[in-house]
Amino acid sequence: MSAILKIDNLVKRFGGLTATDHVSLEVMPHEIHALIGPNGAGKSTLINQLCGELRSNAGTIHLAGRDVTNLSVPDRVALGLGRTFQITSLLDEVTVRENIGMAVQVREGGNFRIWDAARRRHAVWVETDALLVPSQLADRAEIRVADLSHGEKKQLELLVAMAMRPQLLLLDEPMAGLGHLESQQMIGLLRRVREDAAILLVEHDMEAVFALADRVSVLVYGRIIAQGRVEEIRNDPAVREAYLGAEDELC
Amino acid sequence: MILVLEQLLNGLQYGVMLFLLAAGLTLIFGIMGVINLAHGSLYMLGAYAGTWVAMQTGNFWLGLPAALIVAALAGFAIETVVVRRLYARDHLDQVLATFGLILVFNQLIILMFGRQPVYTQLPSAFSGSIEIIPGLPYPAYRLLIIAVGLAVAVGLYLVINKTRLGMLVRAGSTNREMVRALGVDIRMLYTLVFGLGALLAGLAGYMAGPVLAVQVGMGEQILLSTFVVVVIGGVGSIKGAFVAGIALGVIDTMLRAFLPGMLRQVMAGPEADALGIGISSMGIYLLMALVLLIRPKGLFAAGS
Amino acid sequence: MRARILSVLLVLLLIGLPFLTQAMDQTAFLSLATRILVYGIAAASLNFVLGYGGMVSFGHAAFFGIGGYVVGILYQHHDTETLLWGFLPGTNQMLITLPLAVLVSGLAAAAIGALSLRTGGVQFIMITLAFAQMLFFLFVSLKTYGGEDGIIVRRTNELPFLNMRDKTVLYWVVLAIALTFFFGLRRLIRSSFGTVISGIRQNERRMAALGVPVYRYKLYAFMLSGTGAGLAGALMVNVLRFASPDMMHWTKSGELMIMVILGGVGTLLGPFLGAGVFLMLESWLASLSEHWPLAMGLILLALVLGSRGGIMALLGRIGGRG
Repeated sequence: MSAILKIDNLVKRFGGLTATDHVSLEVMPHEIHALIGPNGAGKSTLINQLCGELRSNAGTIHLAGRDVTNLSVPDRVALGLGRTFQITSLLDEVTVRENIGMAVQVREGGNFRIWDAARRRHAVWVETDALLVPSQLADRAEIRVADLSHGEKKQLELLVAMAMRPQLLLLDEPMAGLGHLESQQMIGLLRRVREDAAILLVEHDMEAVFALADRVSVLVYGRIIAQGRVEEIRNDPAVREAYLGAEDELC
Repeated sequence: MILVLEQLLNGLQYGVMLFLLAAGLTLIFGIMGVINLAHGSLYMLGAYAGTWVAMQTGNFWLGLPAALIVAALAGFAIETVVVRRLYARDHLDQVLATFGLILVFNQLIILMFGRQPVYTQLPSAFSGSIEIIPGLPYPAYRLLIIAVGLAVAVGLYLVINKTRLGMLVRAGSTNREMVRALGVDIRMLYTLVFGLGALLAGLAGYMAGPVLAVQVGMGEQILLSTFVVVVIGGVGSIKGAFVAGIALGVIDTMLRAFLPGMLRQVMAGPEADALGIGISSMGIYLLMALVLLIRPKGLFAAGS
Repeated sequence: MRARILSVLLVLLLIGLPFLTQAMDQTAFLSLATRILVYGIAAASLNFVLGYGGMVSFGHAAFFGIGGYVVGILYQHHDTETLLWGFLPGTNQMLITLPLAVLVSGLAAAAIGALSLRTGGVQFIMITLAFAQMLFFLFVSLKTYGGEDGIIVRRTNELPFLNMRDKTVLYWVVLAIALTFFFGLRRLIRSSFGTVISGIRQNERRMAALGVPVYRYKLYAFMLSGTGAGLAGALMVNVLRFASPDMMHWTKSGELMIMVILGGVGTLLGPFLGAGVFLMLESWLASLSEHWPLAMGLILLALVLGSRGGIMALLGRIGGRG
């Protein structure tokens, strides 16, 4: 089986600082590949390079076998890339349902039409409701996003990403700021998502990472210092020293 | 050759005028994020106040403090009454409110001084010409303007780079939150910067008086060129305002002086003149469009 | 339901307005009403990019002026029986001039938008202003078309079977176009494209992450908006029988902006109400004193500092209370 996402020797420099230092990794179909590392390790930079908001200085990115290194954000999305934002980024003035509907509408295309009615695009709203109704947000469908709680926005981020039907999902700290119960719900949700899409999961919550991930890459100062299955990473002395150890001391 | 040199000096003189206005505008823009269309009104107020005092007293130099004081006071008033409420608003509201200010100030001036242009006498010490190089006599007063403009540039450079106020201004134009975090009274800083900008605008207005006519609408004429300078130079950058101001002053003056003549070589006189003037008026806007296409945030954008 | 009844009443009132003004001996008001409708079209076009698309264009007078000059230039060649560029005959037929004005201003908007949309924020405001100023000075320098003085169009463009020299007929024609425009715009805003453009205003980064090539959508919106402004300009030249560079002056862009803000940014009816209030205020104040801009300036200040959301928000509050 070939990789959905394949990164080779990816580099990003900001002035003199190398934020991404020859990073290579792969995500296989249906795999959850976790990317962990202390603050400032360059995780968000890497995510932004993968989704196309930042151009890389060197290295290549392949998505489902296609070289996407120099493609724009929308072009990568068209090839099956979806993402969530660490700080939720949604359409604040419209409802939960309309946010999901927009994702479906954009995916279906035909959006240069100026003479149709968006509300009457039957297929869009059927699919939207199919996603929304079984979710935790079903009874919040008509609430404006600006009035949602933080946890609800995090859930909506994920629903919107799923509505894009991506082959690969980049999740940027989906647990950040969630309470214990909300985190448990999110873990459950992600288990279901993996059946449809491979996931690259950036996360600080180690409990969630160890519960979900098949493989883990550890990023420190822009470099991958260890890569392997969950148990291997848990017991890797270098990782313990660079990352988990520091966390232990804090506790 | 002499002709070119003379126009070069004219361009330099126009350039420092643009710089005097743009310096204040770019700081207000960069630090407070406010689009102040009324900046040209401060220029006009300075010109009228100074000219009026000079005419009453018969002494050009007494007009100068009057111009500075009135412009600065008007600046403080505008800042505390109107602009202060606009910091948190979007650009649309700022454009609308300061557009309203232009209407108000123009009518107040008409009520007080009428619509006729007012002319000032040159100060006697500067009414003659100086022969810079053999064969090129140049009006001493225009040289004075250039000297004052350059002196202000040096002064601003020192203030911005060597003083605590300058440090805050620099910090403010790149990172507003940081200044707030330093525990500085941001309101005070804003008022000061606005007042400084107003002062420079008043200075420019009064200095321009004997060269151009003092009249209603003089502010808007130069305002647009000033905005072009600010945007080309990069919002918030004094250095950008200086470089772009001088460059635009020279280019604009050169185009106006020589383009009609060049066009007359290839087409009939009146049409060549009209087209020449038209194209040279377009010149600075064309330049701005070009600069923005290559560097979307201007030449010396703060924080880039 | 109530809104539907109200809008039917409003349309009936607009259609019947000429009879009212005649009965009350206020025929001057009819030409004011005609101008309000035309400026309403221009302001609503600006509002489409500004209020729905989040692009603050300070140069929309350019497209207004281009639309006007298409009518003016075609009329001049028709009148003098000369050929434009040596091969295009002029015309005074509205069925030709209006579509041409829409087309040409749309092309101009596409070109200016393609360049301007590479920037954003304050730079976008200034670059659109710059392009408008360039066109302003270009037309000032075109002696063939009157230079600063512009083109006098001695007769309003003709439509088959209608006496366009009759002010009332002209009003009805403008009203018909304005109503068509209004309902077209409403349809546009609710279309797939309209919802996407509104999404881009709310959160450009999010829309890009959903897969929207943002630049292309903005450009299309800018172009559509330019055609609307051009249509208004073409009508304005027919109403005033005069095309001049002043139509493109930056203060005209400012006035259009004021109408939008006055009426309510991002509302359908707002720009038309804003145009109405602005022009009526202007003509009323002008009749009181030659220093009317002073009062206008103060009113603008009070409006911005004292309220938010314009007339539509005010009506909403009244409606909500009542």
